[in-house]
Amino acid sequence: MMKKGNTVFFKNSPRIVSFAAICGSKEKEGIIGEYADITLDDDMYSESTFEKAECKMLTNAISLTIEKGKLKEKDIDVLLSGDLLNQIISASFAARDYNFPFLGVYSACSTMSESIMLAAMMVNAGYVNRAVAATGSHFASAERQYRYPLELGCTRPPQAQWTVTGAGGCLISSSGDGIKITSATMGRVCDYGVTDVNNMGAAMAPAGAIITP
Amino acid sequence: MTGKTKENNNENYLNYVKTQDPPTQHFKNCLSAFGVGGLICCIGQFIRFMLEYAGLTGDELAGTTSVILIFIGCFLTGLGVYDRIGRHAGAGSIVPITGFANSVTSPAIEFKTEGWIYGMAAKMFTVAGAIIVFGVFSGVLVGLVYFFI
Repeated sequence: MMKKGNTVFFKNSPRIVSFAAICGSKEKEGIIGEYADITLDDDMYSESTFEKAECKMLTNAISLTIEKGKLKEKDIDVLLSGDLLNQIISASFAARDYNFPFLGVYSACSTMSESIMLAAMMVNAGYVNRAVAATGSHFASAERQYRYPLELGCTRPPQAQWTVTGAGGCLISSSGDGIKITSATMGRVCDYGVTDVNNMGAAMAPAGAIITP
Repeated sequence: MTGKTKENNNENYLNYVKTQDPPTQHFKNCLSAFGVGGLICCIGQFIRFMLEYAGLTGDELAGTTSVILIFIGCFLTGLGVYDRIGRHAGAGSIVPITGFANSVTSPAIEFKTEGWIYGMAAKMFTVAGAIIVFGVFSGVLVGLVYFFI
């Protein structure tokens, strides 16, 4: 049985053979800071705009993932990636630095899990041998995209959440050592009517909670 | 079926979210809004007295005071200070004229990276546009009422 309800099972055991993460200065202070390969002291990442910084983080995360897997660019068959900006522009611009094909994914906060799932499906089915799944976001660019300009002097409500400044990637391969991906559950859109732009966690939580495997 | 329907809303969940949100500290916000807003107004009044002392009167006096306050608002936004004040000021820093200056300057700074014309100039009024539209609109309405009475 390959599929049961919304869950798919991978018989050929695709594995996460390497991964890399980059995070910003605020994330560095938090609990995930110690797990990142590169932490930024400067959220601009020596670029002129936050969008370029986001793109650079994503590019470096992808390169580092391939490097940590002891592979070369030519060994990668496909890149699945996305971000939070219009036309998933950071991911598209990051992809132009590479010679392998790129499939854009947009799924807001679940972009990473969706790209891992799709990569695992492709590897499991045997269409590709190695796929890179990656995503990135930047607090400042997301804030501008969805909410107010950074310099606007308004008080953030206490339930306001912060978009992560960071990027991550993982390499999914049909062979090698690493975490085996055994199954994946596809989510469905679940709208309970939360309209608070500052509290997207509450809007997304039901989709995670009422998953039907 | 498209669009948002009332049936989608899960009242139980929305109420639960409300109970989990950290409460807005109304009293603290009001107090800081009172303090910061009052301080900005006091500064404005001080500038007004100084200009009056310098010999300005009537519309000239009011105009010059506003222009100086707008300049201070823009300047502090450019320095990255105004949003820090705003974070702790409740609504005290957004309501006076300096807040309006801030709401025009902040998108201008933010969107400068997209170019001078399509970025800065076009997006300058993304926040303040609504204030201008309804300000002018209500001005016209009041003007019409005033005209006929």
